Amino acid sequence: MKRFLPTTMLTFLLLLSASLAFASPATIKIGALFSVTGPPSFLGEPERNSAKMVVDEINAKGGVKGKKLELIVYDTQGDATKAVQAANRLIKEDKVVAIIGPSTTGESMAVIPVVEKEGIPLISCAAGSKITDPVKKWVFKTAQNDGLAVAKIYEYLNKKKLAKVAILTVSDGFGSSGREQLKAHAEKFGIQVVVDETYGPKDTDMTSQLTKIRGSQAQAIICWGTNPGPAVVAKNVKQLGIKLPLFMSHGVSSKKFIELAGDASDGIMLPSGKVIVSDVLPAGDKQKKSLLAFVKDYQNHYKAEGDHFGGHAWDAVMLLKGAVERGADTPAAIRDQLEKTTNFAGIGGIFSYSAADHAGLGKDAFVLVEIRNKDWTLVK
Amino acid sequence: MELADQIAQYLVSGLSTGAIYALIGIGFAIIYNSTDIINFAQGELVMLGGMFTLFSLNVLHLPLPLAILFAVAAATAVGVLFERLTIRPLKSPTPLALIIITIGGSILIRGITMMIGGKDTHAIPAFSGSEPILIGTATILPQHLWIFALTALAITANKLFFEYTITGKAMRACAVNRRAAGLVGIDVKRMVLFSFAISSALGSLAGIIVAPLTMTSYDVGIMLGLKGFCAAIIGGLSGGIGTVLGGLLLGVLESLGAGLISSGYKDAIAFIILLLILFIRPQGLFTKAQTERV
Repeated sequence: MKRFLPTTMLTFLLLLSASLAFASPATIKIGALFSVTGPPSFLGEPERNSAKMVVDEINAKGGVKGKKLELIVYDTQGDATKAVQAANRLIKEDKVVAIIGPSTTGESMAVIPVVEKEGIPLISCAAGSKITDPVKKWVFKTAQNDGLAVAKIYEYLNKKKLAKVAILTVSDGFGSSGREQLKAHAEKFGIQVVVDETYGPKDTDMTSQLTKIRGSQAQAIICWGTNPGPAVVAKNVKQLGIKLPLFMSHGVSSKKFIELAGDASDGIMLPSGKVIVSDVLPAGDKQKKSLLAFVKDYQNHYKAEGDHFGGHAWDAVMLLKGAVERGADTPAAIRDQLEKTTNFAGIGGIFSYSAADHAGLGKDAFVLVEIRNKDWTLVK
Repeated sequence: MELADQIAQYLVSGLSTGAIYALIGIGFAIIYNSTDIINFAQGELVMLGGMFTLFSLNVLHLPLPLAILFAVAAATAVGVLFERLTIRPLKSPTPLALIIITIGGSILIRGITMMIGGKDTHAIPAFSGSEPILIGTATILPQHLWIFALTALAITANKLFFEYTITGKAMRACAVNRRAAGLVGIDVKRMVLFSFAISSALGSLAGIIVAPLTMTSYDVGIMLGLKGFCAAIIGGLSGGIGTVLGGLLLGVLESLGAGLISSGYKDAIAFIILLLILFIRPQGLFTKAQTERV
């Protein structure tokens, strides 16, 4: 008998450790769809990085209510078909309780029918206002609507009593959505669009369009695009000696734009999320704490500047965390709790969802910034 | 008056863009004339010109003139390597196979550049400042003057080379009749290699001198390459003045079209011209049918 004791003990120990390893404390699985590669990788990459960073941080602090978060990321490559396949895989195979992403409006619209059918909450990181307008039961979003950015520019124009604008938009999804919003909101602000021009995403010279604008009645130019087009526009405006105020969209609110446009960036104004000006925000700003923490963490983890694209994913994870903290653990409960989110000060703005509003942000989500000496300054 | 001012600006902008198309187009023509293939990787060599300049400025910290020389040399080396590895080993080079190889090659070069250099767009400093220069009522940048000067220089040097040097004459001989050229003792394969070297050098030079205006990234070669191809087709794939005129014409039409009709049709204009020329005057606008090339 004595001989068997060590063996029995050993077996017991082995079994114990094995069972411990398998019965790990319950995790909460979150799916993520980001276009980490492909044309919209400038969105997807910082989004994935930020989501991973914040999930790791939450887990390092012991998770949410004792449960660890598990993030499962699929790369959609900016392709709506791949996004739908990946969404199905997340729901059916990985059994996630919620999905964050996709990165672009097109992909989000493609994924919406899937999550609506399966009843899984989706927090999109794309900007298109049609994602949550009309409201869909299971769909939320964190990126600011384009319309809010347009309103910010028009308000400023009203203040300066400038009523005639020329718009120059890129002929892709982002540009055409901006063009729609610019034209739709104009009347409400008493603004008249006198020139409506476009350019191709790969165009290298916009002097023709700008010459036309120079010869028109326009009192301000609004250019809507993502890099590198707007940098070419900025350079061309300087070349042609156009003195009209030049506005850009929030699509270029990163240091990359200043680097590309160089000296020509001086004096350009644009609506932007608060990330890029987090250090110069007034101390009373409710978002300041989140913003500074995000920027610092991102810098530490990835040796790069955190931008508002990453912020959309950060917000999405934190909103989910909030819902789980309030006791939700099934998809349906998480959805209900998400809808009850009020005054969450994130990166994109201060979120308050309701049954009638799944976008959750007001126009205070944007600030108007001006580029001076290759840095951002707040326009008061 | 106002409209006249606008048109002056359209013309000036169009000519400066057109000069670039011309320089790229010449590269297409040189290779076509010695090998009978359209090298669709030409656009990627334009891109490499810009990217190598960026690399030598930011990583090797060379001064700008050296960086440009380095970039032209490096891109030429890539062009030569490309010919050695893909064109020459072919046992029975049918034009179709060769063209498909160049398309594959262009995708490969683009992919490798993306893997190494990333997907970001980068700015390159202008050669001599960016204070606009007034010409009448139109404005151009000092960089545009560089473009005109270097394009003129490159095309003149090219012309002299083909007219007055033995190698140049040998290459023209290959263009006229490869077999006969071989029979009189011209090393045809070497001439093909030369043609790749020259067109790579010209292409990368074009990429370098536009980069301060247009910025550079791994995928700028596609559109610039296609526009250069249009220029060469308009010029009837001649290695000389025809392609230059083709490029300038294309640039001006694009600019006028964007300004006077609608900017939405800018690229469509280039490709409609391309199709019309191919349908109606496949020998080009400025050449009679059946004429000596180069």
